[in-house]
Formats: sequence, structure tokens, C-alpha cells
Amino acid sequence: MSPSAPVVSVDGVRKTYRSGSIEFEALRGVDMEIEAGEYVAVIGPSGSGKSTLMNILGCLDVPTQGSYHLGGEDVSTMSEASLAHVRNRRIGFVFQQFNLLPSLPAWRNVELPLMYAGVPRSQRRERAARALERVGLGDRLENRPGELSGGQQQRVAVARALVTEPDIILADEPTGNLDSGSTEAVLALLDELHASGRTIVLITHEHEVAARAGRRLTIRDGLITADELVLATEAVR
Amino acid sequence: MSWAETLATAWDAVRSHRLRSLLTMLGIVIGIASVILTVGLGQGAQDEVKSQISALGSNLLIVSPGSSTSSEGVRGGFGSASTLTLPDAEALDDAEAAPDVKAVAPVTTSNAQLDTASTNWTTSLVGATTTWPQVRKREVATGRFFTSEEVASGAKVVVLGADTASELFTGPGSPVGETVSVGGTALTVIGVLESTGASSSGSTEDDTAVTPLGTAKSLTGSTSSSVSTVYVEAVSDEALPAAYQEINALLLNLHGVSADEADFSISSQDSLVETANATNKTLTVLLGGIAAISLLVGGIGVMNIMLVSVTERIREIGLRKALGATPSVIRRQFLAEASLLGLAGGVVGIVIAAIGAWGLPGLIDQPVSLSLLATAAALVTSLALGVGFGVYPAGRAARLTPIDALRSE
Repeated sequence: MSPSAPVVSVDGVRKTYRSGSIEFEALRGVDMEIEAGEYVAVIGPSGSGKSTLMNILGCLDVPTQGSYHLGGEDVSTMSEASLAHVRNRRIGFVFQQFNLLPSLPAWRNVELPLMYAGVPRSQRRERAARALERVGLGDRLENRPGELSGGQQQRVAVARALVTEPDIILADEPTGNLDSGSTEAVLALLDELHASGRTIVLITHEHEVAARAGRRLTIRDGLITADELVLATEAVR
Repeated sequence: MSWAETLATAWDAVRSHRLRSLLTMLGIVIGIASVILTVGLGQGAQDEVKSQISALGSNLLIVSPGSSTSSEGVRGGFGSASTLTLPDAEALDDAEAAPDVKAVAPVTTSNAQLDTASTNWTTSLVGATTTWPQVRKREVATGRFFTSEEVASGAKVVVLGADTASELFTGPGSPVGETVSVGGTALTVIGVLESTGASSSGSTEDDTAVTPLGTAKSLTGSTSSSVSTVYVEAVSDEALPAAYQEINALLLNLHGVSADEADFSISSQDSLVETANATNKTLTVLLGGIAAISLLVGGIGVMNIMLVSVTERIREIGLRKALGATPSVIRRQFLAEASLLGLAGGVVGIVIAAIGAWGLPGLIDQPVSLSLLATAAALVTSLALGVGFGVYPAGRAARLTPIDALRSE
């Protein structure tokens, strides 16, 4: 990938859901590009199509029309198995519900994507431990999710998103289930990752959360209605 | 992802739902244990019949009265005791007409109560001649067997089986010389037979009282010359077919009937083994079939729980897919889980069957012989059940789309 090519390139993407005889167009022609190292917030009210956009950006779903290039690769026509490999290599997910496996200790949760990537067992624990240190949980390797606070759980999830060194980190309402203290800690962590050069896409409906990003895309009724740079002063509030 | 990793992941899942895994395995456990035990019981019964019959001696032919139905559908003989007589037995003991016959032992059998001064015991009363110990391969432990003079005169003497002797005479002294009475007739005990060894199926070989043939007849008030069975010893194992032919020809001639109307039957131990085995086999197949059905039900149980597990772990499946698990990786994980449940159920089932094989003979008085082959087959079957009934749930898990799976609450 040449340095000038965008990491994410979405071109005329439409997504239509069909339920019986009713058709619903969730995305009605979205174009967007995200450069490496950008911190982008996608903001919109519920029902605006931002979840659909997140699914397509995360290669969890494919567009009905249009094309999506991730890291220079056209992923809009890939098979499910190939999409799984793309997700594994290029995307780190952070979900609103944390989505940790309750029966596994923190480091085993973090090593999961490495396991699916075929990384040998011997290297996985070390890399998982490093990722957990990176999010400030170096002393919680053996704790199961139930033994951690919500904020800590979300930081484990961030470590899991980081561990494969993905092209983008896709955070879907990462603070939606957190109290204000934990929200601040997780957002500070994302700031830090951005500062170290990571590409982050944050999906949210909260303006205060979106304000942390350098660029804000507003989505409404399946279309991107605004694409603006956020001033650093605005971020401070 | 390697098979070892897939198995480790499956093992984690099985272990983290311990109770459910145990309950799922239960069906397989019961199925495998009952299949192994049923086959073991059948095999044990066959082995026992074989050893009992070979204890009779391998060159023995047993002539029984009884009618076989003629081709016209008319019964060849009336009643069961009247068609075989003492003269028949004497005719068989003829070196000219039946050169392959070594010895003939006609017997009558009835039940009788033996009384002593202090107790009584009901046993099978055998009337026999002096050839009986030789033909039946029995030894006298203490005292002696009766002589031909005693047979001829109908002497009031009796030789007791080992169990009968110990039931009637509990004292320390030998019963030889003591008196027992049957229906008021006093008999002198002249000997006690050697025990044939403990027989687990409650055989009456050691619970018997042997008197001279004529004595037995007078005790039971019978005046006919009929006998219950004629045991014939052939000169050798190889001479058995020839002896069979000679006996058959002689008796048909004596009774004046054709082969179709034969009013007796001759069996060798081979035919007895075959008959007994055929009965056992039918039972084993029947019980084994029922056990196999329970195994099938166990397999369906595995499928049922795996389907529930797929539905319940829909978020986990979605997450694993989001993190890069391909449909085939998910399929393999769930297949491995089902196989582990099946295999573990099989192993536990085999352990329970082994415990059963050890404890059951004492409880139901039936030997159980476990075969390595049946055990190996059970193990393979349990694994196959897990795989077979895991295919459908695993396919369901593999086909889930990651967004639907992640979105579900």
C-alpha cells in the first residue's frame, strides 16, 4: 500500500434490507475516505444508518451496491471465509457490550484473534500480555471478565483490538455501557492510541464523545450530511 | 487453526459448562454401558453353557424319549416316558450291533423327599445302573458306588450328591452308613459323589441322590420299564457319528418305526451347544437392540444440547467470527465439542460396564465376559455418535452471520 492511498475508501455504498415485501434502504449512497493515522468519529441519531455503516466498515456485512476498499483491497465482493481473514488481519473491534468470553481469563480473551491468525501458542501469551500492559492492565492477565470493572473490561477489549496490529480500530459506542469515570479512561486510551499513530473509527451518538476525534462525519437518513474537522479547543469544551 | 487448538477450545467449552456436559454425556454413558453389558451377559451365558456341556464329556450321546411329528402330522409316540425302555438300553449295549458304543447308562429321574431323623431335603432321585459313574464322568468321594448285584436285587442303597449330603448330614462324621428314608422306605447311604465344582447357574449336578434303577422304580411306585434318558458313551470322539447311526438304526428297528416317525431323539453335546447358543443369541440380539436404541436416544440428546448450546452462545459465535474465525473453524469447534462429549460418554460408559461386569455376577448369578472387541467398538460408536449428531448443530453455528449473532441479546 502506497503511503498516499487511503486506508478506508467507500464509494457509492448502498445497503438495502428486505423484510418480506418491505424494503428498507439503510445506506443511500455513502462516499468516504479515511487516511492512515486519522481519528474519525461517525455520529448520528439511532436509525440514521450508522450501525449499518459500522457493519460494512467492519467487514461484518457487504454492501448491496457500491464498493469498499480496505487497505487497498476490494472487500465488497469477498466470500465469508475471506472476509473473516480480512477482519482478523485488518480490523480491531471494540463493542459497546465489551463482548468478552466470560469463561476465559483476560489474556486468553486478548489472544483469541492471534489464535485465528495462526500465531504459534508460544508467542501469543507474550503478545497478549504486552497489549494488556499497553492498556494499563499488565497486572490483570489471569482475571476473568467477571472479576473486572466495566471500564477494565472495555480496556481488555481494546487490548484485544490492538493485539493484531490492525489497519483500523473500529469502536462501536465503546462508552455506551460505562460510567463517566470509565468513559473518560477509555476515551483517554483512544486518544493515546491515536497519538501513537493508530487509525481509529469511533461510532457514537454522543457529541461529547465525538468531540475527541479530529474529524467528524455526521450521518443522517443513510447519507453523510457533514464532514468537518474538529477544533482542538472544541474537544476541550 | 490446528486440530490441537480446536480440541483445546472445545475442551474449554465442555469444561465451562460442567453440569450440562455431564447430563449430555449421560445418554451416551447409559447406552454404551448397556450395550457392553448386554453383549457381555450373552457371551458369558454362551461360555457357561459350553463349559457345562463339555463337562458331560465330549464323546457322549444323549437318547431322550419323545416324539417327533411324522410327515403326516401324526405324533409318533404317546406320552414322553413310554417310548424309551430298559430293553432298549440293553439292546444298545451290544458289541456286535453297535461296535462304536462303549457303555450305556439308562436312568430314570424323579423328584423325591429324603428324610433323616432330624431333617428332610427334596432332590432329584436318579435311578441308574453301575455304568452311570463312567458314562457321566462322576467319581465317588467317600464310600462306594453300588454293584451290579445290588442293581439286580434292587438293594435299598443310595449314593448322595455332595450338596445333598451336606444338606442332610450337617454333623462332622461321614454320612456313609447312615440311613435316609424315601416315602417310608429306608435306604442306606453307601457313598457320596465328588462335587462337580460350583456351578453358577444353580445346576443340580451336585444336588442328587442315585439309587439302583429297580430301587428308584419301586420307590416311585412305577412298574413300567420306561427310562427317562439313556446316556451312551462312544468309544472315541471320532466314533460319535458312527455311534449315532448305530443307535438310531437299532432303536428304529426295535420300535418298528421309520425314520420319519422316530419316537426318540439323540443329541450330542454339539447339538446341545448349538441349541443353547441359538437361544442365547436371540436374547442377546434382542437386548442389544434395545440398548442400541438407548444409544441412539443418547446421540439425539447430544444433538439437542448442541443445538441449545449454539442458540445460547450465539454472541460468542458472532464474536469469534468478528475476530477472524471462518465458518469452517466454527464448524470444527462445535464438531469437536460434540465428539468430545460422545467420546467422554463412551469412556465413562465403558468404566461403568466394567464395574457392572465385576459386580453383576454376584447379584444376578450370571457370568459377564467383557470382550476387547466390543469395548473398542463401543468407543468408536460413541465417537461416531458425537460426530454424527454434531454435524447439524455445527453447521447451524457455522452459517450464522456475524452481525445477527453479535446483535442478539
